[in-house]
Amino acid sequence: MAYTGAGLLASKLPTQAHAYVAGVGEISVALVGCGGRGTGAAAQAIQADPAVRLVAMADVFDDQLQNSFKGLSMKLADSGQIKVSPETMFVGFDAYKKAIDRADVVILTTPPGFRPVHFEYAVNQGKHVFMEKPLATDVIGIKRILAAGKLAKQKKLNVIVGLQRHYQKNYLTAHELVQKGKIGDIVSGQVYWNSPGVWVRKRQYQQTELEYQMRNWYYFNWICGDHILEQHIHNIDVANWFIGSIPLSAQGMGGRETRKGRDHGHIFDHHFVEFTYPEGQIISSQCRHQRGCMNRVEEVFQGTKGHLRINSENFASINSNNGKSIYQHVDQGDVNPYQQEHNLLFTAIKSGTYQFDDVPNGANSTMTAILGRMATYSGQVLTWDQAMASDLKLVPDLNSFNDLAPVVPNTEGHYPVPVPGVTTFI
Amino acid sequence: MTHPSLVSTPLENYEETVLGDQKIIKMRAIASGNYAMGSMDGGFQNKGVQSPQYEVYVDAFWMSEKEISWEIYQEFLYREKDHIRADDYGDLVLEIDGLSAATMPYVNFNVTNHPVIDVTQYAASMFCKWLSAKTGRFYRLPTEAEWEYACRAGTTEPYSFDPNLIDDYAWYADNSQGTFHPSGLKKPNSFGLYDMHGNVAEWVLDHYDPKGYDTALDSGHFFLRKESLYPRVFRGGSWRDPKEALRSSERDYSSPKLKQRDPQLPKSLWWHTDAPHIGFRVVRSNKILNLDEMNLYWGSPIKEY
Repeated sequence: MAYTGAGLLASKLPTQAHAYVAGVGEISVALVGCGGRGTGAAAQAIQADPAVRLVAMADVFDDQLQNSFKGLSMKLADSGQIKVSPETMFVGFDAYKKAIDRADVVILTTPPGFRPVHFEYAVNQGKHVFMEKPLATDVIGIKRILAAGKLAKQKKLNVIVGLQRHYQKNYLTAHELVQKGKIGDIVSGQVYWNSPGVWVRKRQYQQTELEYQMRNWYYFNWICGDHILEQHIHNIDVANWFIGSIPLSAQGMGGRETRKGRDHGHIFDHHFVEFTYPEGQIISSQCRHQRGCMNRVEEVFQGTKGHLRINSENFASINSNNGKSIYQHVDQGDVNPYQQEHNLLFTAIKSGTYQFDDVPNGANSTMTAILGRMATYSGQVLTWDQAMASDLKLVPDLNSFNDLAPVVPNTEGHYPVPVPGVTTFI
Repeated sequence: MTHPSLVSTPLENYEETVLGDQKIIKMRAIASGNYAMGSMDGGFQNKGVQSPQYEVYVDAFWMSEKEISWEIYQEFLYREKDHIRADDYGDLVLEIDGLSAATMPYVNFNVTNHPVIDVTQYAASMFCKWLSAKTGRFYRLPTEAEWEYACRAGTTEPYSFDPNLIDDYAWYADNSQGTFHPSGLKKPNSFGLYDMHGNVAEWVLDHYDPKGYDTALDSGHFFLRKESLYPRVFRGGSWRDPKEALRSSERDYSSPKLKQRDPQLPKSLWWHTDAPHIGFRVVRSNKILNLDEMNLYWGSPIKEY
């Protein structure tokens, strides 16, 4: 198959002669990370503007790339906007470079452990970026993201981060009302992502340890960052956004109570964190992946004058502290926030304007969740500054599935789980 | 179209014990009969065409007295107790191991003691198939004709109750406080069925045909199925609808909007991101069908891009 040996192919054939070359007024897009979310994001990019051309795809897994291409073709072949050929499907650990090289805009939707490397490369090559949250799994990654973000700003490259609540009408409206003082000053809040959990991809015969971890990535800290980061970042991000600041410190607790099988890696199944903000505000953050328990995914804030309850189902409700309804959001066919991210990005790019720099907020929200994870893993109070000084590198440089995996199971097939009070800092 | 066979023995109410503990589905026996399906007027805001009214015969069946709860649906979701089978296992032979397993919900607002929500019609049907394998009895979603027959419970007026007493019988926009509620808190209809009007709307088997009932056939076992994912019918109105949308004949139907905030491609077979107002209840018919026939009722998955 030509695309699996793309590096070899590139040296033999002048690929430019075969690859699609964007025409005048067209915007070429490359997809890096062809899972369900990446495929969805590529479809949203294509639907955002008729000028968009998907010209290249990259993944470490050939089957995943092929399924993604098949899905996109089923949905959007008639649009004429899919210009990916076997020569521009790149598989492997360095595939991202080849795909990014071919595009004006890149979509970065691999698991978060790889985001810093991909974003850095995209910015160095002068590309506009849509990238999914979270932006890293460790502090070293955060710093690379921030540095690349600065460069993107200098180069006037638009960057949107998939914290889609920032592009959802009920959140934007409620945020404006809070800014106007409708609930007074926020003094406290509770943010939740409590659910039964997510998928598991069981170990397959003949997989190397690294391939297994990259398939079943949700359960490995180096690539996922634990669910307090991978999912709960959305709710923590809303806390930072509505308070208007990052926290000063965090302390919390967590562990593995019900989800602790061999295919569950080493992440926790629950975390509860208290974040303290500069004006003394406290945010209680809870996230749980346990079956049969209360489910709740939303944010609540208490202010000096009123309180707000808000969630992703286009719901927002503000009441005064004496019980009067101040605002009730009515969904009037609100635009899908996942689509809106791409609509805005491509409008800006098409008109040649520099409008979006989501990197500082995306990095701060990622870091806040990492701070929370460090607090629950260690059982200590940690300040933002202490956490930012961490030089623990979770993600090694990886070049092949035969490389040593970042964590190794014991003889029973279990991975080392952080122990509060013993684990110093992760 | 085969003519429905007459049921010789009168059906009785019973309790289906799902897991040998408190997880029970109470089933109400509903006698066969004729009724006028649909209504003469255009329906609330002309949403689902429900005319012309026409006479339908419905065979006897059982229907769950409440909407299927999250507690019971979770057992299907997690599949941890598949080895436990009903003590009085029925005649149906269906292997449970090969049944499709639902994925975890991406965003989940399901609540203890409440009806399951945000489920696709396919997910509801696969629950029925799983329940059939657990019990040895053939469970499925109701046809639209069965659903309305059960909802009307012999009445011909817009609701199965005095509209002045709607707050005794139904959760809807004016009294729901913006959310759904445990099924069974309001009064039942005369068939003993709770929350047919309001609370969560309920999936039925039929596709929605904008031509209305013009081409409908005179059989309660008829249901309209097309090889497309949308639009499919859900009935009864919900906690977020005005009371007019709760009338016995009102029809609503699905569209891709119910998954619009699903960020993945392909989209989930199992979950809607935008259907906190849709659940389902199950029926059991008294007819013996072979597996192929039962599979027609349960349907097959359709990938959505």
